[in-house]
Amino acid sequence: MDISGPNSVAVRTENVCRHYQMGEALVRAVDGISVDVRAGEFVALLGASGSGKSSLLNLVAGLDRPTSGAVIVHENNLAELSREQLAKYRLHTVGMVFQSFNLIPRMSLLENVELPMRFAEVDRRERSALARQSLERVGLSGRLSHRPMELSGGEQQRASLARALINRPKLLLADEPTGNLDSRTGTEIMELIRSFNQSLGMTVLMVTHEQALAEKYASRMLHLADGKLVNDLSNDGVRGISSEPMQAPGPGGKTQ
Amino acid sequence: MKLYDVADLAIRNLRESVFRNSLTTIGISVGVASLVAMLSLGIGLQQLASRRLQKSGLFDTVVATSRRDLRNFREQREEGPPPAESPSLDEPARNKIAQIPGVVEAYPDIRFVTEVRFDDKPHLTMVAGIPFSARNNNDAFDGMQGSFFSSDGAAEVILQKSFAEELLGITPKPGTDNTNLADLAKPLLGKELTMRYAERASAPSSPSLGPSNSAAYSVVSRQQALKIVGLTDLDPDSLRGTARARVFLPLKLAQDLHVMQPNLRDTSASDSPSYTSLSVRVQNPNQVPAVEDAIKKMGFSAFSIVDATRSMRQFFAVLDGFLAIFGSLALAVASIGIVNTLVMAILERRREIGIMKAIGASDADVRGLFFAEAGAMGLVGGAVGVTLGWAIGRLINFGMNIYLERQHFPSAQIWSVPMWLVLSAIGFSIVVSLLSGLYPASRAARLDPVQALRYE
Repeated sequence: MDISGPNSVAVRTENVCRHYQMGEALVRAVDGISVDVRAGEFVALLGASGSGKSSLLNLVAGLDRPTSGAVIVHENNLAELSREQLAKYRLHTVGMVFQSFNLIPRMSLLENVELPMRFAEVDRRERSALARQSLERVGLSGRLSHRPMELSGGEQQRASLARALINRPKLLLADEPTGNLDSRTGTEIMELIRSFNQSLGMTVLMVTHEQALAEKYASRMLHLADGKLVNDLSNDGVRGISSEPMQAPGPGGKTQ
Repeated sequence: MKLYDVADLAIRNLRESVFRNSLTTIGISVGVASLVAMLSLGIGLQQLASRRLQKSGLFDTVVATSRRDLRNFREQREEGPPPAESPSLDEPARNKIAQIPGVVEAYPDIRFVTEVRFDDKPHLTMVAGIPFSARNNNDAFDGMQGSFFSSDGAAEVILQKSFAEELLGITPKPGTDNTNLADLAKPLLGKELTMRYAERASAPSSPSLGPSNSAAYSVVSRQQALKIVGLTDLDPDSLRGTARARVFLPLKLAQDLHVMQPNLRDTSASDSPSYTSLSVRVQNPNQVPAVEDAIKKMGFSAFSIVDATRSMRQFFAVLDGFLAIFGSLALAVASIGIVNTLVMAILERRREIGIMKAIGASDADVRGLFFAEAGAMGLVGGAVGVTLGWAIGRLINFGMNIYLERQHFPSAQIWSVPMWLVLSAIGFSIVVSLLSGLYPASRAARLDPVQALRYE
């Protein structure tokens, strides 16, 4: 299958579940979600707090393993990968952006962006040039030696984007990327993400609870509630390719 | 991750909490220092003891004797020719023995009882010839007053302390040893004494007795003026028991005097003396058996004491073992410090570990990082510890020598830090540190990234 082809499936979840035991109670963070995401799609995961959107994102990111079901990314069933293979998958296939930026505070921006290349064993001289390029692309060429704490939230998130893209991943996973930013800065970040989605053909999976943001930028919106997929809408109002029958409409979600 | 990157990140991490990591490293240093100090003293004592034993001549000397003396007591176990056909232990034989590989020198044992006059008073004592090489090889001359003989044939004499006391009319109180050697030396050094002795001169050859009759010689009374050049506290002749000499002459001079002595069997008394025994000094105690065999093959008897050093080495191996165990205790305590520091680092850097894993670090990368941090602390701690231990050992050596000096003993090196100790102490420190890093490193590697990222 051509993974970069417009109609190929980049991410497929098959009845995926992630349950936690919290004391006596069983928490069904993700509860039987089946969905296909095509390569190059910009998908927003919407839902209230605790709806399971971040848990689903972590499963796709290979940071967590499903209790049951399968997560298949570019034909790799993540459940079957060893810890070592999962680390390689996170390194080369996935780029991640977080709400709280998650830059390492005692490293400069350049060093933060270089870090994934250290794990990928990229040559030292090449590394620095690539990191500079990546930071230039997000408009931070003047801030290379600054530490994260010396920068605004927007700048930190740009640096975090530069880091996420440094190993040329096929999949960009963003967990509330504008959650800690004011609306103007948030828009800047979203514009950047959209430009990467459009210019590089990168598949984007973004967790957000801002309906408006999702409507503006995402090509498809998945609404989650109580760990279940309750609505799957493409931005033009057409239902997506979820293989499951839809249940009750999610909060604020549009139904057909 | 490449080794360079692991090292680079580890050093950055260590520098980040420099105070805590320094304290941990100091802990390792103290452990290594105690280990090095203990072992350096153990090794030093061992070297001191073996140096003493080696210089005593007990373990590196083979005594060669002629079998002709056994003419009447044929010994069954000895191999080689029967005593009557055995070669004579004369000057050519001595040269031959001296050329056996491993032999440093072979010299005759010359000693005789004679009268020595000083201040016009006669003193009867045992006089012995000392080979010139004893200057460096016999530790009795290490702490001496004055100097060693200026040459092998010089008309000079070295006195043993007790004889010096006798010459000066000092009677030491029994049980005390407080006469200062330097005080004795002042009135004696440079003075002359006269030795009276009996020279054995060759008898005119008599056809009735035949040329090979060794019993024919005449005795001429002579005297020799000798300059006192040195005084020694220890007894260079200590292994001789009752035959101990208290006056020492250069060996060449003693030979040239042709003094009549009970164990020298002169055939002609003049040019080609034949000796009853030769002391053969060997370079290394390990070569003693080979040299002994070579001498036996030449037709002489040979004996030595070789096995005594083995028990001494065993004793020091046990001593070193004990010292190492006690020294290692501090290092064991220090290793707990490493575990503590690294576990604290995991708690502190939990989120950072989560980030690294999220952006692609493998378990091995995280484990390697913590390992490198532990190893680096071990390396630095080891290096500082070796320096510290060296200094402590030196200090103890210094203090001990002050004590020895007060007790009128010659100074001694009781401390030694050989290169193998330096390298193995640093190596041991790194290994202990890595072992201590084992648990924290694997704990960090197993950290769940989702949990770690949630951690604030």
